[in-house]
Amino acid sequence: MYNMMTNQATDLRVDSLSMRYSSPRGSVDALQGVSFHVAAGEFVALVGPSGCGKSTLLRIVAGLQSPDLGEIAFPGRQTAPKCRFVFQNHALFPWMTVRDNVAFGLEMDGMPGAERRALAGEQLAALGLADFMDHYPHELSGGMCQRAAIAQAFVTRPDVLLMDEPLRALDAQMRMVIQEDLLALWERTRPTVLYVTHDIEEALLLADRVLVMSGRPGRIREAVEVPFGRPRDLTGRNHQGIEELKWRIWKMLEQEVKQQLHMSRP
Amino acid sequence: MSRPDRPCSRPFPKERLVSAAVLFGVLALWEVAARAGWVSRLFFPPPSFIVQTLGRMAWSGQLWTDLGYTMGRLGAGLFLGAGSGLLLGWLMGASRPVRLALDPLVAALHPMPKLALFPIFLILLGIGEASKVALLALAAFFPMLINTLAGVRQIDCVYWELAANYGARRLAMLRRVILPGSLPMSMVGLRLAANNVLVVAIAVEMLSAQEGLGATIWMAWQTLHTEELYAMLAVIGAVGICLHFIVERVTRWLMPWNNRETRNG
Ligand SMILES: Nc1ncnc2c1ncn2[C@@H]1O[C@H](COP(=O)(O)OP(=O)(O)OP(=O)(O)O)[C@@H](O)[C@H]1O
Ligand SMILES: [Mg+2]
Repeated sequence: MYNMMTNQATDLRVDSLSMRYSSPRGSVDALQGVSFHVAAGEFVALVGPSGCGKSTLLRIVAGLQSPDLGEIAFPGRQTAPKCRFVFQNHALFPWMTVRDNVAFGLEMDGMPGAERRALAGEQLAALGLADFMDHYPHELSGGMCQRAAIAQAFVTRPDVLLMDEPLRALDAQMRMVIQEDLLALWERTRPTVLYVTHDIEEALLLADRVLVMSGRPGRIREAVEVPFGRPRDLTGRNHQGIEELKWRIWKMLEQEVKQQLHMSRP
Repeated sequence: MSRPDRPCSRPFPKERLVSAAVLFGVLALWEVAARAGWVSRLFFPPPSFIVQTLGRMAWSGQLWTDLGYTMGRLGAGLFLGAGSGLLLGWLMGASRPVRLALDPLVAALHPMPKLALFPIFLILLGIGEASKVALLALAAFFPMLINTLAGVRQIDCVYWELAANYGARRLAMLRRVILPGSLPMSMVGLRLAANNVLVVAIAVEMLSAQEGLGATIWMAWQTLHTEELYAMLAVIGAVGICLHFIVERVTRWLMPWNNRETRNG
């Protein structure tokens, strides 16, 4: 029997993860001793210089690859939680209609056809995609595809949601609209979220906490608490001190990027 | 003057006219040359005479009998060969051990000329239809297998991971990722297989059949009825065109997501 209409509060603990990629062309330390904790229902954003292992970290948490060292734990859970990943691009199967794409997770959960199609339809309608349900992804704009991908993940009621720069390819207006949708969906069921972004402001506007990673090999350099209440104002205008926080995080990242550049120069 | 030939642009009606005009021009030249005696009428009978012959063969029913035999063998061979090539292609694509085990065997058998294997089939299956159909199946099998396998291998990792992340296992993976993801390449394989089967079907009929387009070609050659030979060649050409359009249709029907015309309007 499937149990999909509720998600369970799930803590996520990441314990001294290390990961090294080896190839004949040399080896890369992607992660080194990464540890942190995400409380049940918390929205945590992950920022860091390019190539510091954010995607690697997320993929390990999702179980798409296994680390060299360290472990992922979900304290207090007897059964494995439902972890769902939102990929940055190619997020939808090109050979399924948008509706079938969104219903895919439900299909894999064993939900009967009519039911899952109805549920997927509702979710899409809620995101303003009612007229595009029977289209194929290539007939949609990038923003629409991304919204559908987010619907695909949320409709399965995941316990843990992992998102790897889901809004990267979008323009500013589209991004804000989808951020709003995303937060609204998240508020409804409150899954535990780990959200990778390269946009500091986005991290501050969406998350409860921002983890700043160091340059390669990736470590957690600092955790920044975001003091703003919810619901958030996504323009950032009503949030006192956001500029200060942005500045602080930017300074940390700048240092990391510079260090990385120096290291790779002779 | 001419626009760049993008794969997603449709041919203009004008371009179609040009191809038709070239074809008719060549035929007209041939007709004149044969009638005027510039070329031997025995080896190059004028097209009008070939058409007449074709009409006679259609009227007598011989054409339809031949066509029936050839298409029957072709259909059976294509179905069996392409079907098993498809299944094995999915299996080899999805399973590393199977792929590693069978790869050398496929590499060794694929380039073998299928006709050279015909005697073995004759020994195994006798001189009836079974040996012919088996040979045709083999001719269809490899293009389908190799293209499907390549199709499965080139499916972007992201789709495997996306499916795995939502909990897809073997059968669901096959149905929702492997099968549709490799379909474009499988359809290329089907096209090559259909061509291959047609070629081998005619050849094997020339070698050892009493009926069929190939058998009639051989008979026409031996009795020096070259106009019948050309008539049969025309029929084979027509069959080839029909197969092409059937595969095209099936492709569109099976892959509505791949339809370029919707993109271009
Ligand atoms: N499959 C792989 N094989 C070898 N090295 C890899 C592989 N994937 C990632 N790497 C290396 O690991 C490091 C971390 O990669 P990762 O993709 O996790 O970084 P990232 O933080 O997501 O970067 P970005 O912000 O640019 O997306 C990079 O230096 C990269 O070169
Ligand atoms: Mg990345």
